Amino acid sequence: MRYVIIGNGVAAAGCIEGIRSVDRETPITVISEENYPVYARPLISYYLEGKTDLPRMLYRKPDFYEKNGCEVLYGAKAARLDVESKKVVLTTGEEIPYKAVCVATGSSPFVPPFKGLETVKNRFSFMTLDDTLALERAIDENSRVFIVGAGLIGLKCAEGLLHRVKSVTVCDLAPRVLSSVLDEESAAIMQKHLEDHGMQFYLGDTVTEFAENKAILQSGTEVEFDVLVVCVGVRANTSLVKDAGGSVNRGILVNERMETSLPFVYAAGDCTEGFDLSLGANRVLAILPNAYMQGKCAGINMAGGEKVFQKAIPMNSIGFFGLYAMTAGTYTGPEQGGEVYVEPIEGGIKKFFVKDGVLKGYILIGYTEQTGVLTALIRDQTPLDAVNFPLLRKSVTFAAFSPEDRRKKFGGVV
Amino acid sequence: MKRVYVNEKWCLGCRLCEYNCAFANSGKSNMVNALQGKTIRPRIRVENDKDTFFALSCRHCEEPLCAQSCISGALTVEDGVVRVDKSKCVTCKTCILVCPYGALSLDETGVVQKCELCLNNTVGAPACVQGCPNRAIVYEER
Ligand SMILES: Cc1cc2nc3c(=O)[nH]c(=O)nc-3n(C[C@H](O)[C@H](O)[C@H](O)COP(=O)(O)OP(=O)(O)OC[C@H]3O[C@@H](n4cnc5c(N)ncnc54)[C@H](O)[C@@H]3O)c2cc1C
Repeated sequence: MRYVIIGNGVAAAGCIEGIRSVDRETPITVISEENYPVYARPLISYYLEGKTDLPRMLYRKPDFYEKNGCEVLYGAKAARLDVESKKVVLTTGEEIPYKAVCVATGSSPFVPPFKGLETVKNRFSFMTLDDTLALERAIDENSRVFIVGAGLIGLKCAEGLLHRVKSVTVCDLAPRVLSSVLDEESAAIMQKHLEDHGMQFYLGDTVTEFAENKAILQSGTEVEFDVLVVCVGVRANTSLVKDAGGSVNRGILVNERMETSLPFVYAAGDCTEGFDLSLGANRVLAILPNAYMQGKCAGINMAGGEKVFQKAIPMNSIGFFGLYAMTAGTYTGPEQGGEVYVEPIEGGIKKFFVKDGVLKGYILIGYTEQTGVLTALIRDQTPLDAVNFPLLRKSVTFAAFSPEDRRKKFGGVV
Repeated sequence: MKRVYVNEKWCLGCRLCEYNCAFANSGKSNMVNALQGKTIRPRIRVENDKDTFFALSCRHCEEPLCAQSCISGALTVEDGVVRVDKSKCVTCKTCILVCPYGALSLDETGVVQKCELCLNNTVGAPACVQGCPNRAIVYEER
């Protein structure tokens, strides 16, 4: 019998490494819809920008699968799970029996049914390497690019394209850029920076209709373009588990061991919904660190080990033309009974969200030194009276911790 | 596995470890050439809490958040040591966002650097330890 992993992204890579940390023998079959070995998905925009290339985008060394005893079925797609007889059925009808299976199917771009979208010839999503290569073929230095969605993916795409095309215009229904991670004040700083580099924005506005090379916005504005990229959001790929009768909400529901509600079926990565400890509730945390850690946890448990994954929080570090936004946790403002500490800094801002005596979240623009120390305060729910929090708000230093805490952190194996 | 540990009671705050680290990783054979007139970018960092000094560097965690979070696959674990393949780094700074020890920083070319226990350079064993005059920094199994 074998382990089967559906999907071949970072969650799958984590799963492989997790399984192999326990079981070196049992074969692993990876069902990979994409025709590439696992690559660093977030690097597709850096590829467009010329900051990396295909060989360097490989997430692991070329001998990764061989060394880990994996068979990879490239271009294969799982159609359904047969939980009774413990088999994955491919779209070709082929059946693959499993000892345990991990669903690591990630997410898919969501494309709203815009009126007239089918009349646009050059339209793309920005999710896969194939999307990226197709987009690259469609652009030249005279292209006017129109991107719908000013979220992380839309803006990263915009950054990657900006110096290769004539113009990049971005619209978003939200009134600010990066609305899922930034508040109004911090988004304004980032927007100004992006505009200074030449991006154009229509915010609080959306497309009502496309007509070939033209978008008509709600406000009446007309945007002419040569290439369209739709980046309004992603949806977790949950159908395999759902159709098999498993529990699914916005993502596949998993427990701390990454088990779904179905026997011998695990799930990890963007396709799942997990517990966000800063929020105290479930949410889809579609970020790479989560995908890896969940995948690894799933793998260890599939192979008979014992592992729980529980310290999940949203967190992101994203830079545009040298200005970084680092964000983590949940922004508990006064409306939620929290306090907000704001430290203005040259060209940026720092905001700290505190509630019940612990740090719940932060937004840092233009400050990126040793910020993991702050993230750890959120993750560990460290009581802020145990540290010199005013000092940490100014700059991150271990002088803000007691000698005893320092000894614990730096004196042993962690 | 052997790791670098610091006894803050014995740290004088002389910062020789920072200089030895920068030199070891400079690829130069002469310390003056390597460091004179330059802002050094050591992978070990001395901080102080009033009169108490302490040096901080990578813990080579058993489950390193930096490597697990690295979006490019540049950070990996090799035989327990957290290594960085600088050619793959795109400076997203996610590792800096997640490391609870503040152990990652940028090198002079703008990509991530970290302590690799001097396995990445010709010294072969931690230069910070070798050069510490008060033996406040040790390289040992705990
Ligand atoms: C442009 C961009 C920038 C990003 N930047 C960041 C960032 O800076 N930081 C960060 O933390 N995260 C970032 N992310 C998110 C990050 O890429 C994801 O969180 C991560 O890749 C999720 O990994 P995964 O393995 O769960 O899913 P995926 O990487 O999506 O892999 C899932 C794979 O499963 C395959 N699949 C799906 N269904 C089937 C099936 N039925 N049969 C076979 N195969 C199937 C898919 O084709 C896909 O290849 C970014 C994403 C994008 C698109």
